[in-house]
Amino acid sequence: MDTPSLRPPQHRVSRTAVWYWAARAALGWLVLLAAQVVWLVADRDGSALPVTVHVAGLVVTAVVAVAHVTVMPQWRYRVHRWEATSGAVFTQSGWFKQEWRIAPVSRIQTVDSERGPLEQIFRLANVTVTTASAAGPIKVSGLDRDTAQRLVAELTATAQATAGDAT
Amino acid sequence: MIDVIETTSAWRRLSPRMLVIHPFQEVVRAAPALLGLLVAGSSSGGQGHLWSVAGVALMVVLGMLRWFTTTYRITPEHVQVRRGLLTRKVVTVPRDRVRTVDVTSHVLHRVLGLARVEVGTGTSERRHEGRLKLDALTAAEAARLRVELLHRSPVAAVATVAAATASPTASPVAPPAGSTPAAETELARMRPEWVRFGPFTMSGLVTVGVVAGFVSRLVSEGNVDLGRVGPVQETWRWFSALSLPLEIATVVLVLVVFVSVASTLGYVLAFGNFRLTRHAEGTLHVTRGLLTTRATTIEERRLRGVEVSEPLLLRAVRGARLSAVTTGLRAAQGSQRGGSLLLPPAPRADAVSVARLVLPRASAAPQASPVTADLTAHGPAALRRRFTRAYGVHALVLAALLALWWWAGLPSWTWLTAAALLPLTALLAADRYRSLGHALTSGYLVTRWGSLARRRVAVECDGVIGWNIERSFFQRRARLATLTATTAAGKQGYQVRDVDLAEALRLAAAGTPGLLDPFLVEAQHVS
Repeated sequence: MDTPSLRPPQHRVSRTAVWYWAARAALGWLVLLAAQVVWLVADRDGSALPVTVHVAGLVVTAVVAVAHVTVMPQWRYRVHRWEATSGAVFTQSGWFKQEWRIAPVSRIQTVDSERGPLEQIFRLANVTVTTASAAGPIKVSGLDRDTAQRLVAELTATAQATAGDAT
Repeated sequence: MIDVIETTSAWRRLSPRMLVIHPFQEVVRAAPALLGLLVAGSSSGGQGHLWSVAGVALMVVLGMLRWFTTTYRITPEHVQVRRGLLTRKVVTVPRDRVRTVDVTSHVLHRVLGLARVEVGTGTSERRHEGRLKLDALTAAEAARLRVELLHRSPVAAVATVAAATASPTASPVAPPAGSTPAAETELARMRPEWVRFGPFTMSGLVTVGVVAGFVSRLVSEGNVDLGRVGPVQETWRWFSALSLPLEIATVVLVLVVFVSVASTLGYVLAFGNFRLTRHAEGTLHVTRGLLTTRATTIEERRLRGVEVSEPLLLRAVRGARLSAVTTGLRAAQGSQRGGSLLLPPAPRADAVSVARLVLPRASAAPQASPVTADLTAHGPAALRRRFTRAYGVHALVLAALLALWWWAGLPSWTWLTAAALLPLTALLAADRYRSLGHALTSGYLVTRWGSLARRRVAVECDGVIGWNIERSFFQRRARLATLTATTAAGKQGYQVRDVDLAEALRLAAAGTPGLLDPFLVEAQHVS
């Protein structure tokens, strides 16, 4: 019997996104590590916890951090995909819980492009497409700047061309 | 005083009678503390009482300031509200974006002839940005405003005002369209025998909480020692003399009786005088309430579907509640607050027939009404998943209780009870599976889920904006998916849970023709 299934969206995000995700994750872990180091220094005499426990905690954190920073971006890069046709926007995201989101271009209400400070360093941008439903915003992160701009221009042009209030 | 409003662009104030209501509301809210003050007298208290009185005074002043700072106006294009003391804010709503108008009068409002008006728009419902509240206008002005905003012409104002006050004599349920002299058709009205569903709504539980809260505040803020009150002492003495099983039985019995009575009372107060009417201008109109009256007007063009909810208790007595899935109204929250209510807890058959009357496409094809059509079951994989999930949670709880018993000295009856409840979990899982179902019938996507609160939602396919398909790690192993139809109405997204992936795609493709086609591939799969 024929069973319909979805093919993955056509485009991957920018290769640079791997570095961006890694950097963002690393920054988070660094904050945690720094906090632990500060605690270690403040607690030198080992009154609250023995120094060995502190060091063990640091080592565990570092190992988990390295694993997360190396594995997560690669995994994400393989999963995160997007596609925009003249009729619809289609994305795939998530690793434990995978999600496909599809919204017709005719129902698009806003197209936002955003660049955080870290994204600017990597010359990346993300695009969020919202519809009249609060349950259906579609986010594509880690696009390179030109692609993001092109996508925004394309979608806004098509969305403007359709009449009605898209509810 | 203003009793006639015209579409002018002059800024207007709310009714000055609100200056009476604000202080009163604050005093009622602070009643336990003040009552305690009276009972205990000022001698035993100290500074605490002074502070609570000062707090009440401050709230009163702030409430009265609100009247001075709030103004509104209706221009031909917009409804605008200006408010705020330190940060002035102007909320502007284009008139053609008005989807629903909700007029509520609490007891005090009614005594003074006032009503609160809430205007719902389709956008930004989640963030409450598009919501506009006028607390309060005179009742006549509120009714007038509603007609003007939704019908876009000030005709038929008199008819609607009459509907708001709910005349006791009117035509029977659901007369054929066009038989009533006015421009409105009655679709449903409260019937006395529906009160039998009152005890099964469990709304009385809230009352128990409120009473308990009141008593505890009276004790703590009013310094009332309950142990010294005579009747309480005597009851307690009698109660302590009973054996443990009798004690438990007494508590349960008292609770059941109290909750039933409170629920029934709540039902009568909230849904008394309930009427659902359709106006020729294309709006549905719901009025209800004995003490607090509430009138909701829904633009029929924006009605995207209905939700039939059957909580377990209500289902046991073949009752159901009907609410609207529409843009501009928040999803129903509880039995009393939801403005999207179309029918209070009533016989299931009535809910079904009202749904048929309300849904424009369903009345055209009565044999395949989306609220009665057979649903496709979700298959053995979904059944297995219901059981693994139910038993997974149960096993976790049991393990935690066992661990606490072993190491922390929790009494053993806790985990024994948890273990004894295992068969109940099986029943729950089985019933949850039985509830699962979906269908695509006469232009509606129908989905049903839940056991303790079973809901069946029918959403117009035209109102479906897009699709989210979610698959967790375990769902992928079972080849299942959770399909969410996103919509601008109601809860914004309605899920078809744990449906076979292929079936989910078929459903989505059929629901929105053409949308999925570029992304679909035919895969030969032997599963």
